[in-house]
Amino acid sequence: MKRITIFMLLLVLTAALAFAGSQQESEPEAAAMSDGPQMGGVLVFARSGDSVGLDPGRETDGESFYGSRQIFDTLVEFKPGTTEVQGALAESWNVSADGLEFTFNLRPGVKFHDGTPFNADAVAFSFERQMDESHPYYDHGPWKYFGGMGMGGIIDEVVVVNDLTVKFVLTAPEAPFIANLAMDFAAIVSPTAVALYDEEFPSNPVGTGPFKLVSWTKDDSIVLEANKDYWGEGPYLDRLILRVIPDATARYLALKAGEVDLIDFPSAEDLELMAADPNIELIQQAGLNVGYIAMNLDKEPFGDVRVRQAMNYAINREEIIEGVYGSAGQVAKNPIPPTIWSYNDDIEPYPFDPDKARELLAEAGFPNGFSTDLWAMPVARPYNPNARRIAEIVQAQLADIGVEIEIVSYDWGTYLDKTDVGEHSMAMLGWTGDNGDPDNFIYLLLSADSAVPPAMNISFWRNEEFTNLTLEAKRVYDQDARAKLYEQAQVIFHEEAPWVPIAHSVVTVPVLNTVHGFVIYPTGSRVFQRVWIDQ
Amino acid sequence: MSTVEQTSAVEQHREPTPFQEKWIRLLRNKGAVVGMGVILLFIVLAIFAPLIAPHDPLEQNISIRKSPPFTESHFLGTDELGRDMLSRLIYGARLSMTIGILSVGISMIGGVAIGVVSGYFGGWLDRIVMRFIDIMLAFPYVLLTIVIVAVLGPSLTNAMIAIDISQLPRYVRLVRASVLAEKESDYVLAERSIGTSDLELMFGSILPNSLAPVIVQATLGVGEAILSSAALSFLGLGAQPPTPEWGLMIASSREFVTSAWWIVTLPGLATLLSVLGFNLFGDGLRDVLDPRLKE
Amino acid sequence: MIRYILRRLLLLIPTLLGVLTIVFFMVALSPGDPARVMLGERASPAQLETIRAELGLDRPLGEQYLNYIFRAVRLDFGRSIKTGRPVMQEIRELFPATVELALVAMVIATSLGILIGVLSAVKQNTWLDYTSMVGALTGVSMPVFWLGLVLIMIFSVGLGWFPTGGRIEVRLFFEPITRLFLIDGLIVWIRDGDSAYLQSAIRHIVLPAIALGTIPIAIIARTTRSSMLETLRQDYVRTARSAGIPEKRVIFRYALKNALLPVITVIGVQFGLLLAGAILTETIFAWPGIGRWIYTAISARDYPAVQAGVAVVSTVFVLINLIVDILYSVVNPKIRLQ
Repeated sequence: MKRITIFMLLLVLTAALAFAGSQQESEPEAAAMSDGPQMGGVLVFARSGDSVGLDPGRETDGESFYGSRQIFDTLVEFKPGTTEVQGALAESWNVSADGLEFTFNLRPGVKFHDGTPFNADAVAFSFERQMDESHPYYDHGPWKYFGGMGMGGIIDEVVVVNDLTVKFVLTAPEAPFIANLAMDFAAIVSPTAVALYDEEFPSNPVGTGPFKLVSWTKDDSIVLEANKDYWGEGPYLDRLILRVIPDATARYLALKAGEVDLIDFPSAEDLELMAADPNIELIQQAGLNVGYIAMNLDKEPFGDVRVRQAMNYAINREEIIEGVYGSAGQVAKNPIPPTIWSYNDDIEPYPFDPDKARELLAEAGFPNGFSTDLWAMPVARPYNPNARRIAEIVQAQLADIGVEIEIVSYDWGTYLDKTDVGEHSMAMLGWTGDNGDPDNFIYLLLSADSAVPPAMNISFWRNEEFTNLTLEAKRVYDQDARAKLYEQAQVIFHEEAPWVPIAHSVVTVPVLNTVHGFVIYPTGSRVFQRVWIDQ
Repeated sequence: MSTVEQTSAVEQHREPTPFQEKWIRLLRNKGAVVGMGVILLFIVLAIFAPLIAPHDPLEQNISIRKSPPFTESHFLGTDELGRDMLSRLIYGARLSMTIGILSVGISMIGGVAIGVVSGYFGGWLDRIVMRFIDIMLAFPYVLLTIVIVAVLGPSLTNAMIAIDISQLPRYVRLVRASVLAEKESDYVLAERSIGTSDLELMFGSILPNSLAPVIVQATLGVGEAILSSAALSFLGLGAQPPTPEWGLMIASSREFVTSAWWIVTLPGLATLLSVLGFNLFGDGLRDVLDPRLKE
Repeated sequence: MIRYILRRLLLLIPTLLGVLTIVFFMVALSPGDPARVMLGERASPAQLETIRAELGLDRPLGEQYLNYIFRAVRLDFGRSIKTGRPVMQEIRELFPATVELALVAMVIATSLGILIGVLSAVKQNTWLDYTSMVGALTGVSMPVFWLGLVLIMIFSVGLGWFPTGGRIEVRLFFEPITRLFLIDGLIVWIRDGDSAYLQSAIRHIVLPAIALGTIPIAIIARTTRSSMLETLRQDYVRTARSAGIPEKRVIFRYALKNALLPVITVIGVQFGLLLAGAILTETIFAWPGIGRWIYTAISARDYPAVQAGVAVVSTVFVLINLIVDILYSVVNPKIRLQ
């Protein structure tokens, strides 16, 4: 739990910055399109897997949130395409002087899809079911994300002041609290529907969102229809279908044939074909992520900085990008993506230089190289679409300097379990940011505090100077001052080279050119309320 | 059948041994000869892979990735990492032949031993063994291999173990049935009366006479084992990259159906051809060794 | 006869108990932790513990086993770890997709297989016979998952005739009636005069059914051929011929009827195998059936789902084989004596 607490502290600071600018009522949405959205139509979104469940409190996976995000609203939400927070079901809020009480003024006249009114009781219900063990529906959990964000320790109680006013009392001041409320797990559910469907609620979700669930065919499709009484902008579509097509190329073929309008996770192999297709438009945004190879300092010979640097010289990242990411990736040199403030662009990446690598290895006492293992994740992640293929490339590149690699892979759960405790010598992993703060990467993934099994810092790199910088950056409120600290930390990271940073992926969503108004959210949500299609 | 009459005519001239006689009949079976040729071809490829393959199967050259066949020295083109397809296919033969023959060998030996003992002694031992075999046969083959690999963890060795276990019951049944038939035959009874030991009876007298169907089954089993290991690798449960295993090559080719047909088709063709070889040979063998088995 | 059936049914009980037991221990002994899979990169030890406790994974194995067996005999396999829904409900929703695919594959395989088999037998030792038999042997040797890819490459990517996967065009908002989409489509067509559903369902099932049916076509053709050859040698066929009955009539009225007996057995066994063995085909064609579901459940270490899935599929498999045996013994009483 410790790492989560610290993680939360960091979040507080970052969120403080975020919500300083957005305390007031949300500004009216400027209609993005010049000739205005058109009503009607059906949009089919092809994605790689089915939702696990549609109760946003219960699930943790992106596919589930793809579904639940359409059906539910949160008190506050991220502005389209940003990590900035604005009001949603709460029109406005204020914080008490001691920072312990957040009072939300709820939007009047909002109804759940089942016709029951949205009010303070529903807000209290949605949180209490996740935090109060004696709540009648607490056993619908486990409430994984709520627990993972440490919310149980943050919220003391949720008080219903009147029908449209609700007060959150915190145990301690917590600046990122507002940003947390924009996340999916904090969605407001219909208490009546939860009672009605009981354990079947995850397949019969009822919220206030822009779309309502019509039907769900397991492993095939989720059909949603417009909520005509939606309080906010849109929805413009009559219906929205989330269809499961596991194979990336099959998704592209379905898009090409017009069977679907928008696809998730395209294969890098097909991007060129798609870019050349006049009917397809590629919507891209730099991802809030990093994919890396961590070298385990507790395993020989990676305790020696020369060996770690040699790896950085010997691995040709350009080749990995070309062979695996295609146009959907950019070479990484720092542990944070360039989209995050404090990214240190002055750092010169390690050039591809096998001779230099051999030299360093010889200095470290390995003139003929050595044998070690490289772990490759069994699954595609946003930051690493094909770890096994990267492993193959790295294996060949390192063979060049005499380092013999055995590729190791386990099922995903086992993989995480074993890397957490440092069974690997070198392992691939990565991270997608939750809230856009550098701390969410730098402290969480690289500080000495995170190097305690089960570790987030799977390099087990315990650098005092680096860790102190990251801790100091947590305590300072001024962003410029913090940025300086993080920039300095990145210099140390570069010299000490606990990772071979590989790439930041570019999130690409191919759509038919009849689709308009789709915006990629950095947090990974797929939002369709403002999307419309040519009629 | 006509062949039977012919042999009796030949006997009067030179009396070929039973082995020679069967061998001659096998050589007359066109399918079997073609099958043998294919098997030999793959075995030669497997053994001499380092000499035959034009390139190192693991050598990458990303700048020429996905080159079509007949690009410079790459007769069958290159794969997604610029490795030579032909060389990978040749080295793949090594893996598939080894797995096919080894896994069938193991399950055949195990199955035969269990089947002989169970059939010979009968009684409660036989009942327990057969109950267990029934349970194993209740699992559909594909599902059983997948579940076993899931327990053991994905690797080529574990895939082979899964195939061994899944193929075992058929040998047990086959051998047990013929042992039951032979056990009461005159020659066994005669040997038993002169005090031959159980062990000698089981493996010295009964087994050789029950072996024909087992050999046929084993030949066909090799083909099936090659298919199964390719299927497991395809699902990510068998060989791991960068091993040039055919099933694994097919699996990673999925995203190239739009852009590089040779990466998709060639490993499958290699698999098909090698399995076909064993099936042709096995079919011919069955006609010769065990006409009763002919459906 | 009834005694024979009863005995076979009784023998089924220990077999199925054995299946349940083996599935339980295989799953329990497999490495990997469902709690960990659920939580992904961001798990805390405390959360892991909570989830393990909720799943009952912290209990002694013996207790878990007894619990499982007692519930399994009532067809209650609990709830999926992943989705929280009763696993039997998920199986009920997905099984029809597999059944439909296997049925269509079997219809194709049976009709083509018997046709090829009869033709080869009648034209024994002609080029037609040789081609068919080499073709059949090739079919038996086929890596089905690869065939699926090649079919997609030719007919979906190249020619654009068929979709790459799924059961029906999602934009049609099809509301299943029987969950067998072909039958549902037919019902809608008759009821409302709208054939779009049926057309779409057919277009989607063609490629997977061909891929899945390839091996059975080959096996049925081979069995039909040899059984037919055998029958054609029988005395009564010779008699019929010498009595001047037209050859076509001899073949189809007399010989084929008797030759089909072993073929029926093969068809039954193959159908059982297809229901269970559709995992690869379903994976390639994104067919939302039970095979793909079991496979994903295995990767996610979703214990209850794997247990229920394997148990149900194996039970159906055993039952089909039993029915085949019983049918066979009805028409061929000699079997019962053994």
